[in-house]
Amino acid sequence: MGWKELGHGDSLPGGTAAEFQTGDWRSEKPVFVKENCINCYFCWIYCPDSAILLDENNKVVGIDYRYCKGCGICDKECPTKKEKRAITMEAERK
Amino acid sequence: MPILAKTGNEAMAEAMRQINPDVVAAYPITPATEVVMIFSGFVADGLVDTEFVAVESEHSAMSACVGAAATGARVMTGTSSQGLQLMSEILPIASALRLPIVLCEVNRALSAPINIHCDHSDTMAVRDFGWMQIYAENAQEAYDSIIQMIKVSEDERVRLPGMVSTDGFIISHCMEKIDALDDGEVKKYIGDIKVVNSVLDLEKPISLGSLDLQDYYFEHKMPLVEAMGKAKGVIGEVARDFGKRFGREYGLLEEYKLRDAEIALVAMGSTCGTARAVVDELRQKGIKAGLLKVRVFRPFPAEEIVEALSKVKAAAIMDRSDMFSNQGGQLFAEIRSAMYEQKTRPLLSNYIYGLGGREISLDDIRKVFGEQKEIAGSGNVKKLVQHFGVRE
Repeated sequence: MGWKELGHGDSLPGGTAAEFQTGDWRSEKPVFVKENCINCYFCWIYCPDSAILLDENNKVVGIDYRYCKGCGICDKECPTKKEKRAITMEAERK
Repeated sequence: MPILAKTGNEAMAEAMRQINPDVVAAYPITPATEVVMIFSGFVADGLVDTEFVAVESEHSAMSACVGAAATGARVMTGTSSQGLQLMSEILPIASALRLPIVLCEVNRALSAPINIHCDHSDTMAVRDFGWMQIYAENAQEAYDSIIQMIKVSEDERVRLPGMVSTDGFIISHCMEKIDALDDGEVKKYIGDIKVVNSVLDLEKPISLGSLDLQDYYFEHKMPLVEAMGKAKGVIGEVARDFGKRFGREYGLLEEYKLRDAEIALVAMGSTCGTARAVVDELRQKGIKAGLLKVRVFRPFPAEEIVEALSKVKAAAIMDRSDMFSNQGGQLFAEIRSAMYEQKTRPLLSNYIYGLGGREISLDDIRKVFGEQKEIAGSGNVKKLVQHFGVRE
């Protein structure tokens, strides 16, 4: 695109972050276990990339790996007990 | 039109009151403190509708100005010297985001040594940040130029921030007669700001200031180049229109008895007033002396200066700042560069003067013209660059 076609004052339309898939930055990934999830939404609130997926009934159903950078905040905030974790981090390459 | 007695700072504050900006974010610094101090009094007294943000530094002041202007608000601020340097990080952001912020500047030397008096080092240091710059000769011109700068900076062809400066203490603290406009005239003249982009527009959401690397950064700089190119014409157009409406003519430059002049002095700011008196005196003695006042430094009126000096034999370029390049001051460098393609050009010499408020007297200007007369006669420039008035 040439410079004359650019938006005024370095502006972009809102929501363009959706076109930028940051999942390939990940070195660790959160693994979600549905049976252990209590739907507290802590992961959904704290995720900096809006990568926690909800179903039509607003229940947590998994991770959107297209955007998840593997920061681990969801794992850190998940209040489930050690023996019944809903989210745990795993290395992408073992 | 009311006739008022105002200092430069009071005149700038009065212009701000009449402009009635949506947001002012500012931090005090000598000698510009009064501009925003007086204005904050207008806010406290309910004379303006402005949201005044009393910030903790000039860095925050300019940051708040950028944020406010990004919503489409009309935004102003004021500062000087070190304060302008503290704004430095944010100044090129304001221009690249094309935010029409207008800054009332009072020229003051840069530390060290610490000094509160006039030279042009502060605004010259930020000359390459995409801000328009007008150097006012007196309080009247500062008042008129701030009102014009609102019009220029908000013009759709320009959309750039701009600063109007006065010489610290010489203009900022000296009382002059001001021919002010009525509040209604100013309101009508500047009109409402046209909102091009707003980060608060929910109908048309935008992102501003995204990360932009090798792929598009270069392209994103080009609109700034184009806008600064167009700004030259718009500043002239606005100044002419202002002259027609209110009777006071301005341009990029001001020529004084230059048409048939053999020797000339080129200066900015209050020194032009002193030089004008010497030109009159020399003319009475039959010496063909003239003055070229450079009012607008950014965008730089290169072609216009070349044209104005085309018939002059010798010209003294007066810089109230040094850029320590060993090639003279900023004004000299620009003018000398602009002259390069000319087949015939005047003999130029550079006088770096008045640093830290060192006075430039009538006698000093007489001496400069005396040297120019000698250069014009001999065709020989003995000193290309000199630090004029410094004790050896």
